[in-house]
Amino acid sequence: MPTVAVDKADLFALLGKNYTTDEFDELCFQFGIELDEDTTDDVKGTDERPQLKIEVGANRYDMLCIEGIAQALNEYLGRVAPPNYRLSAPTTSLTVKPSTQQIRPYACAAILRGIHFTQRSYDSFIALQDKLHTNLCRHRTLVAMGTHDLDTLKPPFTYEALSPSEIKFVPLNQTVELDGHQLMEFYEKDKNLGKYLHIIRDSPVYPVILDSNRTVCSLPPIINSDHSKVSLNTKNVFIEITATDRTKAEIVVNQLVAMFSRYCEQPFSVEPVEIISAHNHESRICPNFTQRTLKCEVPYINSCLGLQLSPAEVCKLLSKMSVQAAPSQSDKDIIDVKIPITRPDILHQCDVMEDCAIAYGYNNLKKTTPKTAATVAQPLPINKVADILRVASAQSGWLEVMPLTLCSHDENFKFLNNLDDSRAVKLANPKTVEYQVVRTSLVPGILKTIKENKDHSLPIRVFECGDIVLKDDSERGASNQRNWCAAYAGKASGFELIQGLLGKIMQTFRTPWLSAADAKTGKKGYWIEQDDSVKMYFAGRGARIMYRAKAEAPAHNIGTIGVLHPEVLTRFELPFAVSLAEINAEVFL
Amino acid sequence: MSSLQLRILHTLGQKQQIANTAAEFADVDTAAMQAALMSLAARNMVEYKTHESDRWTLTAEAKDIVAHGSHEYRLLQKVTEALDGLKISDVDSVMGSNGKVAQGRAFKNGWIAKEGDKLVAKVAAGSQVQDATAEQLKEIEKTGTLANKKDLAELKKRKLITQSKVFTYSVSKGAEFALEIKQLETDITSDMVVSGSWSKAEFKPYNFDSQGVMPSAGALHPLNKVREEFRQIFFSMGFSEMPSNQYVESGFWNFDTLFVPQQHPARDLQDTFYLKDPATAKEPQDKEYWENVKTVHQDGAYGSIGYRYPWKGEESLRTVLRTHTTAISSQMLKKLAADPKPTRLFSIDRVFRNEAVDATHLAEFHQVEGVFADYNLTLGDLIGFMQQFFDKMGVHDLRFKPTYNPYTEPSLEIYAWHNGLGKWVEIGNSGMFRPEMLEAMGLPKDMRVLGWGLSLERPTMIKYAVSNIRELLGHKVDLDFIENNPAARLDEAIF
Repeated sequence: MPTVAVDKADLFALLGKNYTTDEFDELCFQFGIELDEDTTDDVKGTDERPQLKIEVGANRYDMLCIEGIAQALNEYLGRVAPPNYRLSAPTTSLTVKPSTQQIRPYACAAILRGIHFTQRSYDSFIALQDKLHTNLCRHRTLVAMGTHDLDTLKPPFTYEALSPSEIKFVPLNQTVELDGHQLMEFYEKDKNLGKYLHIIRDSPVYPVILDSNRTVCSLPPIINSDHSKVSLNTKNVFIEITATDRTKAEIVVNQLVAMFSRYCEQPFSVEPVEIISAHNHESRICPNFTQRTLKCEVPYINSCLGLQLSPAEVCKLLSKMSVQAAPSQSDKDIIDVKIPITRPDILHQCDVMEDCAIAYGYNNLKKTTPKTAATVAQPLPINKVADILRVASAQSGWLEVMPLTLCSHDENFKFLNNLDDSRAVKLANPKTVEYQVVRTSLVPGILKTIKENKDHSLPIRVFECGDIVLKDDSERGASNQRNWCAAYAGKASGFELIQGLLGKIMQTFRTPWLSAADAKTGKKGYWIEQDDSVKMYFAGRGARIMYRAKAEAPAHNIGTIGVLHPEVLTRFELPFAVSLAEINAEVFL
Repeated sequence: MSSLQLRILHTLGQKQQIANTAAEFADVDTAAMQAALMSLAARNMVEYKTHESDRWTLTAEAKDIVAHGSHEYRLLQKVTEALDGLKISDVDSVMGSNGKVAQGRAFKNGWIAKEGDKLVAKVAAGSQVQDATAEQLKEIEKTGTLANKKDLAELKKRKLITQSKVFTYSVSKGAEFALEIKQLETDITSDMVVSGSWSKAEFKPYNFDSQGVMPSAGALHPLNKVREEFRQIFFSMGFSEMPSNQYVESGFWNFDTLFVPQQHPARDLQDTFYLKDPATAKEPQDKEYWENVKTVHQDGAYGSIGYRYPWKGEESLRTVLRTHTTAISSQMLKKLAADPKPTRLFSIDRVFRNEAVDATHLAEFHQVEGVFADYNLTLGDLIGFMQQFFDKMGVHDLRFKPTYNPYTEPSLEIYAWHNGLGKWVEIGNSGMFRPEMLEAMGLPKDMRVLGWGLSLERPTMIKYAVSNIRELLGHKVDLDFIENNPAARLDEAIF
């Protein structure tokens, strides 16, 4: 969720009330935003002005600046009516050239006439563009915006894609003219702009906005030209937007003009620009202020909220949420909702229903008990098996541990004397080596836990019943498997104690031990057979665990038991002898 | 029974009181005396009081002085013996390392004087001088102290005496005083039970002011104990456990089916673990559902205008480690569409986030999630049901804040009043699943699904006062913490 810093005194002036922190916190809570921080105490004794840091919903692009927050809260409080956004007649155009198709195909534009900036409203204008770039525009990949002093430019405008060497201009706040290639080098190390270069760098053509003198306005999505930069004295602002996502470009231009047209000579009046873009059927007048209408079913709203509101009452509640609605003339169960340009988050009547609930107050709703007939509860079978294993292990004196599922590639393979068998799930973007693979054995986590507890009194007896993940042919390409693993660490290996614990586990699952002779008879039971192929065990001290679920059924290798190889212990930095057993718990399902 | 105990009893029998055990039993060391008295006192045969005093003891040098006189005395003798006086340059060879001390004190006492390069005696040969140092040390050897504190301090400074504590005891008869000590049994043994000898035996009283020997026991992990509490709450409310044992998911199930758009920040590499191997999943078997999901994102459907962006199958098939168990809930709800009926499901399992690790964040943690489907459920039902659910956790004072989740509308953050902190704290998230998600699955329009979730770690950290999540989940846990952890009882109010 984005956090917006606003000037505290300005906001309270706009809201017409000097709120205490508690009062404002409560207002935010009921509306569904959050007061994160009040810097009043931090800036005491400095010349900085106190700020409020407000967290807003990730879908409320209209609340990313003080103007929008004040507008929304004022409507919620019933202090103001929603603004009537108007378009004047277009005076110029932006022609989109087909060449832009290969890099950034969509463009929008608008003009704000007779604007009057103060330092703080100017700062807010810049900050809103930053917020939109970061959030909705996904770091300028989807949409980028540029704002210009119109009086420095000669309309009409073109949006083209040119070879980088053809684009020459002085970038914003610089003094030297650079071409497209030089610009990439120049901003390579820039900590603000460097992260956007990749969006166009390797393209044969770069997008560029030009005026009719072929003066460069901007090189989207990187930087504007210094020539047309907006200052406190700018009177007429030209806004251009380029995008790879058409829907989000429209949202961005609407938010920008909705928020800042209030500072125009004629508040809330915007001069549109004719977009000429025949090649992709995007020719139109921009922005489009036509309010979307949505027919909402009052019975649906009442049914969802457990209320019996009349259509008129619903409409009244919605007016608090910047949504204008009126009961339908033709259908008594329908209200006609006009969705303002500032509320692109409303996709479905469920969004209107939620606004109605917020306006009513979540905490004013009557708490009811669902009338559902009783449902029958049951545990997941593998969790039931795991619980039996866990309780039996703990009753036998072992401590349950819960290491992480992710580990390093070495811990999962090399440290256990294993080669990568290509069965492990590997992560593409881990932040540290600790999270390279999803474990295919519980052993690394158990050994790491013992390592962290070297000072514990000996012997250390620990177990885990948890999931490993193995690649397979299923829809997701990998599935979990529930394993059980127990270890004994002490002065001596204690192999017979691990063997005994395994016996206790098997006894719990009604599985008798079979001697080598009995194993051949086809009886139900388990036995262990020396197996030197499991390299984490000391040679001659490792075995596989064989299990026959039913008499005469085939026996399966369900795990291993043994005394760990000293090399393994050294790699996990364990100064003890350790024996352990690990089995697939799903055989007990 | 020690003979010392008998000696003490006999002495008391004769004298009624023993004022000072050190004086009475000079041959007995303090530790033996204390042991004997404690043993007798435990039987109520005597009562005793401990007296602590300082005692000065002589160093080796001091013992030498007691035997042979002080250094200055010995120097005087040497000077007297050398009839013509003692050359100052010879003092060290005669007196060794004590020459300086000896000279200084002999001068101070007025015993010797300096004549040219010689020392001469000022006291007549054969006359008795008072060797004060030796006399004082003899007194200390005898009594352990000196009346004159200044002299004591001086001797201490000269490192001739050191201080130690001395314990002595005064003893009087106890309630059970007798000259003989009865043989007391410490324990009832099987032999006594069988032979009946217990009936004639007398038993030593037990010391109940003690802890006993703790059993060497196994233990379940505290986090799993809290998990079990949650499971029991869910079971008691008719919720069945979902098959959440599936960590690898496709973007389809983890995001797209939940109506999370493909450009949503939650799908960033910064937040989600993507997989290198296997890098892609297969399309779900239900092709109609696949198309429904695509359409509702890209073009809108079911009364929704959708997100209106080009939806990409490749993006949907990228594999991830699930970021929430809601991926499983989605799959279960899709199954429910085949036969829609009132259903209650839950899961408590691991989820993964590609977050920077700190005291409150781990790359993996557990999510507790409940899903409740029925016809015409209301928001009031959700709030009322949350109240019932959290009541069972001992959390009673709730309120709800509007919030934003891509797949629920309305969305409610659940806050609880925390008595300790004196403020409202967020304890969970909840909402009604969006029609775009449910209707794409084929669920009927009037079937509503309530969902809520919270982390397992957070209430556990609050309950057990754990401030660092790494000490709770993962290999850095302290085994003593697991071993000594009490039962988890969520109904014992958490806050």
